[in-house]
Amino acid sequence: MTTLTALVTERPFAAPAEPQPAVQPEPESKAATKDFVIINWSGDLDKVWPTLILSSTAAASGMAVKVFVTYWGLLPFVKEDRRIVGKNWMQKMLTFMQRPGISHVKLTKMNFLGMGPWMMGKLAKENNVASPRELLDAALALGVEFIPCQMTMDMFGLTRDDMIEGLGEPAGAATAIEIMTNAEASLFI
Amino acid sequence: MTTTTASTDAIVDARGLSCPMPIVKTATLFRTLEAGKTVEVLATDPGSVKDFAAWTRSTGNELIASTQEGSVYRFLIRKN
Repeated sequence: MTTLTALVTERPFAAPAEPQPAVQPEPESKAATKDFVIINWSGDLDKVWPTLILSSTAAASGMAVKVFVTYWGLLPFVKEDRRIVGKNWMQKMLTFMQRPGISHVKLTKMNFLGMGPWMMGKLAKENNVASPRELLDAALALGVEFIPCQMTMDMFGLTRDDMIEGLGEPAGAATAIEIMTNAEASLFI
Repeated sequence: MTTTTASTDAIVDARGLSCPMPIVKTATLFRTLEAGKTVEVLATDPGSVKDFAAWTRSTGNELIASTQEGSVYRFLIRKN
């Protein structure tokens, strides 16, 4: 046990000594790549969290992962510094009611004016659970492709510039249908 | 200070981390590794026992050993 501890403190997450090639988001397995798809419809904390956990884990397991981001599910993928977005008062009202950005998502139940998400964040921290922000960064680094829905972006008055870096090209329902039918597994969250 | 032991080429210290970060950290390191290299993973998440078995099955990597020392789980995995 002592040797184990000494070993670990000496080399936390040590990479091999030789120079490394750039990290490539390519699947681990040499077998035919499986596709995994999530339609991320909800913008709620308790639904975005599993979307990010499953998509990053599927990518880590060597699957090609696509997440179609639509409706309320778009708002967590808006840049964190955006407060009110949209062109007209109705669009502005939407983001006034629900602040966009991955760190501002609410709970489906027990939200209690933000008390619920705050407690959830505190519980997650105490239990060393990665935050949605960390999971999103991991998912992007592992090559998860997030595809925003063009129609909902237009409806909400969101531009490409409002959305975070690293998202795929916006697309529509036909793209969603195609990726879902080609996938080994697909979920609507 | 040695960075590797005779049997392992790298180590992932995922102690204290919850699902899915031990897998995410390991997979991230594996992308930079050549086939045949062996990695030692340390974790404290009890769910990682089943998860590393599942992950190695999904990715085609080899789980050489899965042991427990106190509250620490130790996995030895070879990249295939």
